[in-house]
Order: sequence, then C-alpha cells, then structure tokens
Amino acid sequence: MANSPATTAAHGHPADVTKRDMLQLVAGAGAAIFGGSIAFVLIDSMNPSKDVLALSSVDVDLTPIQLGQGITVMWQGKPIFVRQRTPEEIKAAEDVKLSELNDPQSDKARVKPGHDKWIVLVGICTHLGCIPLGNKNTDMRGEWGGWFCPCHGSQYDTSGRIRKGPAPANLPVPPYAFESDTKIKIG
Amino acid sequence: MAGLHKSDIPNPVINWIDSRLPIFTMIQKEYGVFPTPKNFNYFWNFGALAMVNLMIMLITGIFLAMSYQPNAMLAFDSVQHIMRDVNYGWLIRYVHQNGASMFFIVTYIHIFRGMYYGSYKGPRELLWILGVVILLLMMATAFMGYVLPWGQMSYWGATVITNLFSAFPVIGPKIVTLLWGGFSVDQPTLNRFFALHYLLPFVLIGVVFLHIAALHIVGSNNPLGIDVKSDQDTLPFHPYYTAKDSVGVCVYLIVFAALVFFFPNFLGDPNNFIEANPLQTPADIVPEWYFLPYYAILRSVPNKLLGVCMMFGSLLVLFVLPWLDTSRVRSARFRPIYRVLIWVWVLAFIGLGVCGAHKPEGVWVVLSRLCTLYYFAHFLVILPILGKLERPLPLPESISRPVTGGRGGGPLPSGAAAKPMEKA
Repeated sequence: MANSPATTAAHGHPADVTKRDMLQLVAGAGAAIFGGSIAFVLIDSMNPSKDVLALSSVDVDLTPIQLGQGITVMWQGKPIFVRQRTPEEIKAAEDVKLSELNDPQSDKARVKPGHDKWIVLVGICTHLGCIPLGNKNTDMRGEWGGWFCPCHGSQYDTSGRIRKGPAPANLPVPPYAFESDTKIKIG
Repeated sequence: MAGLHKSDIPNPVINWIDSRLPIFTMIQKEYGVFPTPKNFNYFWNFGALAMVNLMIMLITGIFLAMSYQPNAMLAFDSVQHIMRDVNYGWLIRYVHQNGASMFFIVTYIHIFRGMYYGSYKGPRELLWILGVVILLLMMATAFMGYVLPWGQMSYWGATVITNLFSAFPVIGPKIVTLLWGGFSVDQPTLNRFFALHYLLPFVLIGVVFLHIAALHIVGSNNPLGIDVKSDQDTLPFHPYYTAKDSVGVCVYLIVFAALVFFFPNFLGDPNNFIEANPLQTPADIVPEWYFLPYYAILRSVPNKLLGVCMMFGSLLVLFVLPWLDTSRVRSARFRPIYRVLIWVWVLAFIGLGVCGAHKPEGVWVVLSRLCTLYYFAHFLVILPILGKLERPLPLPESISRPVTGGRGGGPLPSGAAAKPMEKA
C-alpha cells in the first residue's frame, strides 16, 4: 500500500522508498523505544530494592564457636556456615589430590591466609538449593566429615568441596574479611 | 454451524489459528475495516484514551501491589518504601496516583461528549447505561485505592464515605459495621479494600468489553447526531481513526507526563503525608477533586438521609437520562436552547466542585444549593420539557453533505439530490 504510483510520481522518489515508509519506520521505532523504556522501568522495579541491597553485610563474632563446631548465620537471606575445623579436618582437606575432586580447588584457595581453621561457606547445596547437614557434631556429615545434603545425598568434605552425589560444584565461599582474629565481616 | 472458519489471511500460521479461532478476522472486522462516521471531532478520542488509561492503571497497579503491604501497621511505611527504595517505585506510584486523576478527566470529558451530542439517545441507551455502570465502578475503585496509602485523608475519607450508609434508617449502622469488619475503619477494612481495589478493575474490563460490544452493534454517534445513511458517510477505522486516536494519545501523554514529572502532588492532599491517626481528624477534610461535586451536593442538604440520597441520586439519575430527554434531535448543534443550557449545567457541575473544596459556610452554602438545584432541574425538569418546546434547526440530509458541501443543513440545491454523494 505504501508504494502507490501517485506518491512516487508526485515526489520523484524511487518506487521502493516513500514518505509513508519513512513515517511508518519512525513511528514504529518510536513506539518500540517508548514501550521498551516502560517495560524496563516496570521490570526493574522487581529487582532488589535499595533497602534489600542495604542488608549487604553482616558481622560475625567467632569467640563462641567451639572447635569442630559450625554455626549458621543469615546473610542476604541465605544461610552462611562458619565452622572452626579441627587440625585433623584441616589436614584431611589439605591432603586431597586435586585430581580426585569433581570441582578441583585447593583448600588454601578456600580459606583466608593464616586463618585456615575457619571455613566460611554459603550453606546452599549446589544441586537444588537445600541446606546440607553437618554444622552440629551430631549431624550426619557424610563419608568426608564435612556436610551431607539430606535432599539428594550430596556429600561435601571439610573444605566444603563436593565429593559425591549429584551436586555439580563446591559450596561457594562468600566474600568476607577478618576484622580481627575473632571477628569477620561477610559481604 | 460447525466446521472451520474460512479465513482470508494469507500468512499460513495465522490462517491456521484464524480458521480455528477467528480472532484475527474479528480484529480486522471490528478495528480494521469497521465503518466509522467520517466526521468525528477530537471529542471522539476520549473513549480510546480512557481505554489506554485503564491499561496504564492496571499495569502500574499490579507492579505496585508487588511492593505494597495491605496491613494497617505496614501500609503507610510500605508506600514510603515504594517511593524511596523500590527501583522506579516513585515513577510507578506517581503514574498510578495521577493516572486516577487523568482517568476522571478523560471520563468526564467522554461523558460530556455523550451529553452534548446526545449519544445516550436511542438506539444507544444500553451503551450509555453500561457507561454509567463503568463510572460507578470507577468511583468505587478510586475511593478504595485512595484508602490504601493509609494517610490521614485516606483514613478519614474512608470513615466519612462508609458512614454515608449509616444514614439509612434501621439497617444503616449494621451496614457500616459490615463494611468496616469492626467498629471503626481498621485493619479488616484496609485488607478488604485492597482485595476489592485489585478485583474491581477486572470487573471494569468486563463491563468495558460489553460497552464496546454494544457500541459495535449500534455504531458510533457523530457530531451531527444523524444516522449513517450509506458507505459514503463512513471511513474504515484503520488507518483513519487509529491515526486520529494516536494524535490524541500523544497529547494525553504530554499532559499526563507534565503532571507526573512536574506537579506529582498538585492534585493530592498534604494531609495524606501524615500516617492515619484514628484519634484525630484533620482540620480540613475534603475528598479527591473528582468527588468534590457530589460532596458539595451531600453538604448542601441540611438533612442527613436526604443529603445521602441526593448524592447517590445525582449519579443514578444518569441511568434514566435517555428517557428524561424527550427531544428526538441528538446533537446540541441543532438544538439552540439545549446548546446553551448544557453549558449552564457544566458550570453548575464545576460550581459544585468549587463549593465542595470550600468549608460549607456563608456564600458557599447558598452557591452549592443553587448549583444542586440546577443540577437536578436540568435532568428532571428542563430536559423533559425542552424536548417539547424547542424548535430544532434543520438537520443535514447526511453526514457527507456538510463534509463535502459546507457546514450546516438546509434543503439540498436542486439537482444535487438526484445523484447524492457520488464520491466520498
């Protein structure tokens, strides 16, 4: 409909580009930009709001945590495991050959230098999001003495690395730093 | 009649769908080639604008509901949370808040269009009645939405409006307790108002669908108020009126944007920035601007029950407007007296709005009573009598005549009648 002979004859444009094509293109592009920016505003409103983002760090006092015991703290709505490892557990974690691991990573890369008795992990199984057992001494900790996920039987070692079961990756280490020897800031 | 619909659409995929569910054929018939009178002026944009506005309210409302808390302890703070913390929450809320005002501006002009050009007259009575139902639903939705921010005006507006029902003898107080779900406006009231505020717009969509379905049966009225006589009188809806409506939508969006970005609280009340306090009524309690005329009618009557009845009556009278107006000429353009008196009625309506914004003292009482009197007299006295007395101007022979051959009516010049409208 855009290529009526009358239009092209009157203005002398080539038959395949008319003023109407131009107008349709501009109007269409304008509508797309307008609609897109509205969609952006609406969808972005579903992203974390500023008060949620403000809950981005949490301080943890390490003094009450006994040797061999772990605690769970909440950070950004997620459970964070903080565990004081026994010397045997540290040794077990360090002595593993990387070639034996499904998701190879050395224990050194998962702890802070000089604080290798403390392991801090996001306590969410990398399989389908359950919280593994193993913080309490009485919990089931699996064959490697770390954590055991009750949902589908994934087993993590004392460094939080996946050793057996359907989970594809190690328990992630959240960003954290030692403020002093007995206090860490997560986030 | 069973079997596939015979679709004309060339695209094979769309044709396959259309043969089984002819929505594309329907869209083409109702919004593509739909024959529409060719003499619409810009007043005929306001139906489409109202539709656009309803969609804006729905979409922004759904996103607001994702961050709002319908709880008396949390509601006020959650609105502040939307304004400060939620990404673009301020924009979505200001669009929703000012969208309510835009909705009433657009709808009031749309209703005025219907009254000026006699769109409520046969065969469009039911179309008009559905429109009045839409207006009432809109008002209920707007009222309940205004309660949700749980500011002082929200709270006391809700108290006053729900207390209107206490005017009815015997059952009145029982109705009010039922509405509140308690013995004052409180948590149960807020919670149910939120539920209904979310529900009613979808009911509104249903009635709007019926309104449009009825419109597409009887066809649009037009500024001349005469019937379409031939194809020469109409244009296909697309591209002619889609383009004209687009111009209107652009102007509407400019006004809307000016309100949202430069005067977002111009139409609001400062008292609503104070959290609801059941122990203190604000010094000046006024409803939102779009309810002021009815509020003025309520206050102009010294009797409680009669005031409430007149207020509701001022809206309910619209239902019988098609039968109160006895004139058979639709458009005010051909009704020399009605054409003046409809503007007097508009002035009375605006006057009521101004009165509603002032304390009922001194001159405002007198003025609001005069305006109330004229408001009702227009419908109940003037329109029934005027139709019998008024001598209308001669109507044009067809819609095409004034478009192609000068404005106004009168007999056709000899010769022209023999072969009318040979070209559009």
